[in-house]
Amino acid sequence: MWSFILKRLAQGVITVWFIATATFFAMHNVPGDPLLNDRAMTAAIRANVEAKYGLDKPLGEQYVIYLGNLVRGDFGISFTQENREVNDIIREHFPVSATLGVLAVLFAAAGGVLWGALTALYRNRLPDYVIMFFVILGISVPSFVIAAVSQLALVGVNAALGVTLLPVAGWGTLWHMLLPALVLGMGTMAYLTRLMRSSMLEVISADYVRTAKAKGLPAARIFTKHQLRNAILPVITVLGPSIAAITTGGFVVELVFAIPGLGRYFVQAVQQLDYTVIMGTTVFYGAFLVFMVIVVDVLYGFIDPRVRMQ
Amino acid sequence: MSETQRPASGDGFTQAAGTQLALYALVAMVVLAAIMALLSFAIGDSSASGGGAIDAERNAITITLRQEPPQLDATRSTDAASFAVLGHVMEGLISYDQKGQLIPGVAERWEIREDGATFWLRDDALWSDGKPVTAADFVFAWRRVVDPATASQYAFITYPIQNAEAITNGDLPPTTLGVRAANERRLEVDFQQPTPYFDKLVAFITFLPLRQDFFESTNGRYAADADMMLYNGPYLLSEWVHGASMRWTKNPLYWNDEKGFLDEIDIAYITTDVNAKLNLFKDAQIADTDLVAPMLPEAMERRWHIDRFMDGTVFFLEFNHRDGRVTKNKNFRKAMQLAQDPSELVYKVLKEAAYIPAESLFPSWIRGAQELLRREHPPTKHEMNLAKAREHLELARQELGLDDFPPIVLLSGDTPVSTLSAEYYQELFKRNLGLEVRIDLQTFKQRLAKMTSGEFDLVLSGWGPDYDDALTFGDLFSSWNLNNRGRYDSADMDANIRIAQSELDPVKRSAAFGEIQRISYEDVVILPMYERGWSFVVDPRLDGLIRRAVGPEVDYTYAKIRSASQNGDE
Repeated sequence: MWSFILKRLAQGVITVWFIATATFFAMHNVPGDPLLNDRAMTAAIRANVEAKYGLDKPLGEQYVIYLGNLVRGDFGISFTQENREVNDIIREHFPVSATLGVLAVLFAAAGGVLWGALTALYRNRLPDYVIMFFVILGISVPSFVIAAVSQLALVGVNAALGVTLLPVAGWGTLWHMLLPALVLGMGTMAYLTRLMRSSMLEVISADYVRTAKAKGLPAARIFTKHQLRNAILPVITVLGPSIAAITTGGFVVELVFAIPGLGRYFVQAVQQLDYTVIMGTTVFYGAFLVFMVIVVDVLYGFIDPRVRMQ
Repeated sequence: MSETQRPASGDGFTQAAGTQLALYALVAMVVLAAIMALLSFAIGDSSASGGGAIDAERNAITITLRQEPPQLDATRSTDAASFAVLGHVMEGLISYDQKGQLIPGVAERWEIREDGATFWLRDDALWSDGKPVTAADFVFAWRRVVDPATASQYAFITYPIQNAEAITNGDLPPTTLGVRAANERRLEVDFQQPTPYFDKLVAFITFLPLRQDFFESTNGRYAADADMMLYNGPYLLSEWVHGASMRWTKNPLYWNDEKGFLDEIDIAYITTDVNAKLNLFKDAQIADTDLVAPMLPEAMERRWHIDRFMDGTVFFLEFNHRDGRVTKNKNFRKAMQLAQDPSELVYKVLKEAAYIPAESLFPSWIRGAQELLRREHPPTKHEMNLAKAREHLELARQELGLDDFPPIVLLSGDTPVSTLSAEYYQELFKRNLGLEVRIDLQTFKQRLAKMTSGEFDLVLSGWGPDYDDALTFGDLFSSWNLNNRGRYDSADMDANIRIAQSELDPVKRSAAFGEIQRISYEDVVILPMYERGWSFVVDPRLDGLIRRAVGPEVDYTYAKIRSASQNGDE
């Protein structure tokens, strides 16, 4: 088991190095640079600014310096937020994205498993049809539409009640998180519901379930131990990548609900060619994603010993 | 599988399993609630919101900011979001009144001569730690702006001061800058060349004061956090959670009783999303919000009082005047000019209620010697004339010796308004002149990169004012201006710009601007498109919110909450 984990970690480090290198050169090949602004700079002013950021050196040298800093865990200073270190930006804003993401994943996972099991139990009956209708909706409607519509609906509800039931936007309390987390988790929840449903349907008529029924085990026990437990495996497989995807993909939801998460820095940095923030967030998110995949692999090994053998 | 083929135990099994599932659902909900409570506890109650849009009891309002201010060190800031914050917490020598006229700030009076200027500072202007704002604070700040080590992108705006340019070029030390503190209350400035508009210039953010001992005590962290700044404006930045919220509190030491009426201004939300802002406004969480065209019908239905303001920016199609481009040919440009009419773009295509068709390089609000420049020197009246346009096109064809014109590259930004405008021009020039226009849609930085390197024939461009003088637009197409990205180069234009820069007689200066305007039309330097404006709505309980073209884009320093009696209710 330990050699398995170590091997996966070593692979992860190489992956992250590759991400960092590819991003570095791709970014420098995009036309334009972070120093371009509405107001043109004279050659002298520009040279001053370039020297300040070390952009006057050849690209190869910049890359070596960059890798050196990366190993020391120093991402540098943002080009657009000139007084902030990228490390500070990640430290201050990632917890917000992570909190929102974790909550969204919990909603998605709990909802996905429960709804999926329910639709499988009642397949081809009314609950199945109703839930699957919403599942299709959840999969096909993009999150920015869901976010905007749900926010608008909340404004309507607040106005009708005459009190603020839930805050329309912002961040800070439990109540601020509820709606954005639900919206953010909606797509994944729909996806997991479908996955859980088909996976449930596969095991529902499996031999061991028939055996269990023949043995006269109680229905609740068969359902939990034989059906749910086996059906949940594929759901766990996709959970790791979904955690990373949700945590990193919250940009739109963060924008609509005015949440100070890392997502907006991630997207704005690319638009503004903020080299240091692009590198910082990409490498950070890349490492995070790789780490989540490793965690899931290891978890999977615990749940299904067959994985460890291979 | 049909219903009858289900296992016999089916319904009983489903029921039992369903009950079990319901139980799990209940457990899941309890666990989720517990986790949420835990998370909420972990992040702490950092919410800055609470008072709602208008809190009459606390004399406070809640507003939004478009983005986190990127740079509050005024010597280095370049963007509108930072300007808006600095306009509330800092004050320069000169500031603006409610009508946008210059009024004394830290300087109680000033004198501008041919060779320099003198500012007499008031003795009740104080820093937020109680020490007086002195002439030395301006000397320190301005030297920092021009110092190459600071790498200030706006250093160019100080070039009228003696030696400023040489210092940024690294040829002279910063101490040689033509500014000195004659005593604590008198600031003397020497000019590189006569600068009749210097009073308007120093109202700009780059000229704000900075105190040396405080700056040095921050160890390079100046303006990184709320406690890393010293304030001298009507408000103090008392709280700053990066990317999330800010709080401006009334500055008790501020000298001017005519500014800063609110005790507190909470910036509880930072978002660019206009729809989210509209929802917050409807929910009475923020005091004002912008309205874009699709929102106007609902706003009118709700009988909101819709305000408008011009943000000062003029948008235009800029030609590439470099050699080898067809757009260098004057007849070609003339043909394009005669084939279009900006009012069609504004009223029939863009349909933004607060936009107006641009008639010239100079926006309608720019002042001349006595009154509006537009009255003193009206722009050439433009009329679309397709027959004449085609004549010019034919002339251009002969002059250039072409059978067919190559496709015209129209460089454009990727915002909805830019995209719409670009598509409109593409269709227009095809229909009216038979020209093929290729749209090159680029993000902000990429568009700037291509503008700088000249990879375009036409570019959708715009220019906003830095200071309240016609020169902020007037020198744009001088051969030496780096913002002249089409590289327009004319001796006639340059000569008039030199007059506008240093002529002390306001009437002659205004005439020079009139000439610049005439040349830019007759030589078809650009095709003016529109002057940008915004519709916005303010909570009726709030008075005196100012939005304007020059100075901070939004100004709450004159805002006050109406008393209950004025309000008519409560």
